[in-house]
Amino acid sequence: MRMETSSLNIIMQATFWGTVALTIAGASIAVFPRNILYNVLGLALALTSIAGLYNFLGSFFIALMQLLIYVGAICIAIVFAIMLSRPLHLETPPRATPKVAMGVAASAVFFVAAVSVVLKTDWLPSPARVADASLWSVENIGHALLTRYELVFEVISLVLLVAIIGAVITAGFSRRLSS
Amino acid sequence: MNSLATYLIVSALLFSLGLIGILLRRNLIGMLIAVELLLNSANLNFMAFNRFLTPDPVVGQIIALFVMGLAAAEAAIGLSIILAFYRKMHSINIERAQRLKG
Repeated sequence: MRMETSSLNIIMQATFWGTVALTIAGASIAVFPRNILYNVLGLALALTSIAGLYNFLGSFFIALMQLLIYVGAICIAIVFAIMLSRPLHLETPPRATPKVAMGVAASAVFFVAAVSVVLKTDWLPSPARVADASLWSVENIGHALLTRYELVFEVISLVLLVAIIGAVITAGFSRRLSS
Repeated sequence: MNSLATYLIVSALLFSLGLIGILLRRNLIGMLIAVELLLNSANLNFMAFNRFLTPDPVVGQIIALFVMGLAAAEAAIGLSIILAFYRKMHSINIERAQRLKG
């Protein structure tokens, strides 16, 4: 019995670190290759493995939403934009080396600062925290969405409506102007 | 595994990769992809704090949902702006957007 639980633990650890490695590999593929299609596929990989990380964090619902919204909607929309704008034919010369060095240095400074803050802080859970797994359930999320956060919920849907109308107008008017 | 620091470091790494992407790419779609990476790293932070620290473990998930909705709106607007830009300039290189430069 002890052997089984420890091997299960090892499998869980291996899955977790594999998910982390997939996340970072996907993010690197999303940023570094010069072919934009590889970037989109890397983004989809990174977003899917972040959904896996949400699952490790105990929130299956948010993982599903991540798959549905990010991988299912945003990646497909980006693929559509690539299809409509043909950027593959328009090669750009590579960046000058000093600019690359400065960009990488800026984000390295951010990374070092953030990691040192994370490692130096003594993170304490809130004393009012209830460590009850039932609080993570979909029922509680829905209850909070429709009681305490209902105004924000409605405003988000209004923002989405305005964004859709704005997208249609922006993409449609320019066609009328250019033709 | 499964400690708060692990998730925070992964999220910091994602954020710096997205920052590199925003600073170095000149393809507008590439910059949009980098912005999605930044939003996801912020979301991962919210979910990690929600799992390990907060008094009410629903708030972080709701904020993550709101960020996803706003990211969808941002992607729709951004992609339509990219399409309009492409129709005008026949390119999606950001350095062609210099009409206001005179």
